[in-house]
Amino acid sequence: MSTTTLAVLVPVLPFLGAVAGLLLGRTAPGLVRPLAILPTLGAAVLAVFVAVRQGGGPAIETATELTPTGSVPIDLSLYLDGFAVLVAVLVGVVATCVQVYSTAYLRDDPRYPSYAALVSLFTSAMLLVVYSGDLMVLLVGWEVMGICSYFLVGHYWETEAARSASLKAFLVTKLGDVPFLIGLFALATDADSFQITKILRTVASGGLDHPTLIALLLLAGVAGKSAQFPLHTWLPDAMAGPTPVSALIHAATMVAAGIYFVARLLPVFEASRAALVVMAVMAAVTMVGSALAALAQDDIKRVLAYSTIGQLGYMTGALAVGDRAAAVFHLLSHGAFKALLFLGAGVIIHAAGTNSLAAMSRMDGLAKRIPDAFWTMTIALLALAAIPPFAGFFSKEAVLVAAEQTATGHSDTAPGAAGWLVLVAGVLTALLTAAYATRLWLMAFRGRGAAAPDHGREPVAMTGVLWLLAVPTVGFGLAAGTLADWFGGRELTPTVATSVLGTGAALIGIVLTYGLWQRAAAQAAAAVGATAAPAPGKAPAGPATGAPGTAPAPASVAAEESAESAALAAVSAAETPEVAEVTHDHPAVPAGPAPDPGRALLGPLHRHAADGFHLDAVYDRLFVRPVRAAATLVRFLDREVVDTYVRGAGAGPRLLGGLVRRAQTGNVQSYLSALLAGAVVLAIATAVLANVNAGS
Amino acid sequence: MSIATAPLAPLAAAGHGFLSPTGVEIAFVLVGLATLGAALVTVTTKQLVHAALWLVVALGGIAVEYLLLTAEFIAWVQVLIYLGSVVVLLLFGLMLTKAPIGRSPDADSGNRWVALGVAGLAGATLVWVVVDAFRATWIDLDGPAQGSTKVTGEILFQHWVLPFEALSVLLLAALIGAIVLSRRNTAAEEAADAAARTGKGQR
Amino acid sequence: MHLAYPAVLAALLFATGLYGVLARRNAILVLMSVELMLNAVNLNLVAFDVWLRDTLHAGQALTLFTIAIAAAEIGIGLAIVLMVYRNRGTSDVDKLRDTAEGHEPARPDDNTARPEVAA
Repeated sequence: MSTTTLAVLVPVLPFLGAVAGLLLGRTAPGLVRPLAILPTLGAAVLAVFVAVRQGGGPAIETATELTPTGSVPIDLSLYLDGFAVLVAVLVGVVATCVQVYSTAYLRDDPRYPSYAALVSLFTSAMLLVVYSGDLMVLLVGWEVMGICSYFLVGHYWETEAARSASLKAFLVTKLGDVPFLIGLFALATDADSFQITKILRTVASGGLDHPTLIALLLLAGVAGKSAQFPLHTWLPDAMAGPTPVSALIHAATMVAAGIYFVARLLPVFEASRAALVVMAVMAAVTMVGSALAALAQDDIKRVLAYSTIGQLGYMTGALAVGDRAAAVFHLLSHGAFKALLFLGAGVIIHAAGTNSLAAMSRMDGLAKRIPDAFWTMTIALLALAAIPPFAGFFSKEAVLVAAEQTATGHSDTAPGAAGWLVLVAGVLTALLTAAYATRLWLMAFRGRGAAAPDHGREPVAMTGVLWLLAVPTVGFGLAAGTLADWFGGRELTPTVATSVLGTGAALIGIVLTYGLWQRAAAQAAAAVGATAAPAPGKAPAGPATGAPGTAPAPASVAAEESAESAALAAVSAAETPEVAEVTHDHPAVPAGPAPDPGRALLGPLHRHAADGFHLDAVYDRLFVRPVRAAATLVRFLDREVVDTYVRGAGAGPRLLGGLVRRAQTGNVQSYLSALLAGAVVLAIATAVLANVNAGS
Repeated sequence: MSIATAPLAPLAAAGHGFLSPTGVEIAFVLVGLATLGAALVTVTTKQLVHAALWLVVALGGIAVEYLLLTAEFIAWVQVLIYLGSVVVLLLFGLMLTKAPIGRSPDADSGNRWVALGVAGLAGATLVWVVVDAFRATWIDLDGPAQGSTKVTGEILFQHWVLPFEALSVLLLAALIGAIVLSRRNTAAEEAADAAARTGKGQR
Repeated sequence: MHLAYPAVLAALLFATGLYGVLARRNAILVLMSVELMLNAVNLNLVAFDVWLRDTLHAGQALTLFTIAIAAAEIGIGLAIVLMVYRNRGTSDVDKLRDTAEGHEPARPDDNTARPEVAA
């Protein structure tokens, strides 16, 4: 088979799987799992084939026009360059992992058939976006992803949080999609085609009339889809969906679509320096803000969600400095390790029975219960913190190198200011990323207190996937050199300056967090002792060996700390997880203060960061309340003004009817009188008319 | 009564005035006035039985008019059927409904003034139209009698046989209908009901 | 003879009958008025038949039919009046107001038969 045929099969297979799964889900439950896994797996294998065949050479293009569509033709076309085939491989692999993982994670879920079909449909839509060479077809995949994410985030629709989260995800991404659509039309009008190659040719020849406007419009859609500031607020809430969905949607596919789209149409954005600066500012704000917010989150999935936003900020930053290879490189490595992180978090939540990091930090031996998740999560967190030689290091370095080159004026497309902005924000975020990765690891695996509940070994379908994803997490960065052909022939090797800068920042973050965690743990242990609630027979392990010694501390010392611990307890009680994604019964999580390095690190900023810098409240003030007020006004107008007319329209005939009703006396003679009077009048009229006509 | 006749009398007088009256015409007008007067009394008197009797006068007057118009067979039919049977039926009806003998003050309904208006208007319109239309039209009463029994019999049984027979069926239907309607709910019906019930019990 | 005489007489008789139909209270008197109207029409028919010298004498034939039908009508009408009188105890036309808006049944024994409409 030719490469194009294979490439067509890649999105078609999961689509057929989804259709079959939806059709047969109820009638043949035994077929659901094969129908979920096999098409996705087939798509992944085919995607690898296509990638190998394409080989990083010149882009393969093919187009079929189904039907004439007037002045702007819409083609079914493929555009396979190195980025496309690599992203397709990532999507296929992650989707396969997610499907396999879901068979175990959601094995008792009654809605598993529709869930698996939707995941397949989602994968298909993403692959369509990746391979499509036509913007209209791309938009189809783009919107299908939107609706699928709505269904999947709202999978647990019994809970209010899932319902509102799915609605929020849908509305916020749609908010971006409206300007996106307008931008697409504007672009197609300027370029006279929806085909990406033709558009790129037009851009190259300078035929774009309104590059800034188009770029900014498109950027709005990208910000919505890829969860960039200020449209990122849906992503943390979208964690209300099942964990594998988070891994799929919010790590590898949907949020990647926006980045991928910009990477594909980067020349359009480069045509406008203003758009690049806006992108850089967006990326910087997103990176730093989300990293700070991630440090303050208690829900493990929300930490990962904010981390996703931050890493997407890196990619946007790379695009802002005009380096799409770096962006796609980071996209790929991030897709691998973030999928691993989410799936591992699923295992942790499964084992701990809670989403809350504070609750996990009061559990002992969680790492021993789930060794697979522990080790793979450790690897993925190291990759996230960009510690060499893991994948995250290389990809992040690629971004920083690109930013540094732009900042020092080596780039001819992107403005230097954008480079500086991305570079400074990137280094700062590297520090913060390392800090929250360390915090996550410490709080999840180094907790002490009651023993973690034992649920036996996690299923192989879940742990095996973790190890599978750990392979690219470790090796992808090292292998990047061999993949240079696919990245447009550029070596994405880190330079000394940026590696020292980035890794140094990361190490500072790790050390700082560890130190603060030790202090917080000691304080917590002291508080536990002071409140006279010694853990029976549990000698806390780990570096804070001084903790049991402080238990019989004098009351004068404990007095001030107990006040602090009371405050801490109050705060952590308020931070109970929003969605209790509990798959089986668990004992009550022990209460008490939790050692949280993020609190000390952020200081007074913690409260705001935990709330996502009150952006939701701001949106509430800015948009939700005015809309509600307008709705109230409309309702008032409808009830009081419009309905008055309606009621008046009803009352008038009613009144007349009341008058006519008076005539209904039941007296036949009066009826007959009226009838005959009318007849006489008619007769007179006829006679007069006849006379008049005869006379004239 | 006076109100009803007031607008009509001048019209009749006017119609009478500008023509050169023949003997037949004078007789027709006189009989017509008597007929009209009797009819007016019929619809205005407060004694119900008197109304029926004045109706006899009015209908008889019309029979005379038929004679004056040389339609003698119809005149006799008029006398036979109307005077002989219809009025008798009406009198029976008055008796059966226990109509009060003597003056009953509520013989006219509250609709009287409206009725007067409508009737007056209708009459005025009709008279105006008729006079306007037939101002210069004359009936030739000479020659053979057009309504003799022989002539009527011939045309009735030569040209109008089928309607005549259909009319007989109609009369039969009316006869049966009148019987069914005026029959009392007697013991016979209850016996029929009882028979139906026993029939059901046997089954 | 001038045609206007019978025509005017017929018109006036018709108007008189009309007044009776509309103004009389007793149903039998209403029937009498109807007879007057019918006779007015008959008079017209005969007059015009004589005037036209119709070979078929359609006017006279129709007059005969009308008379027969009037006889049938009076029979049926009286039967109905009798039944009404037996059921309602009255033959006054303006007391038969079952079709009135918000009509209350005359008989007390079936006062649940008709819902109150007037509100």
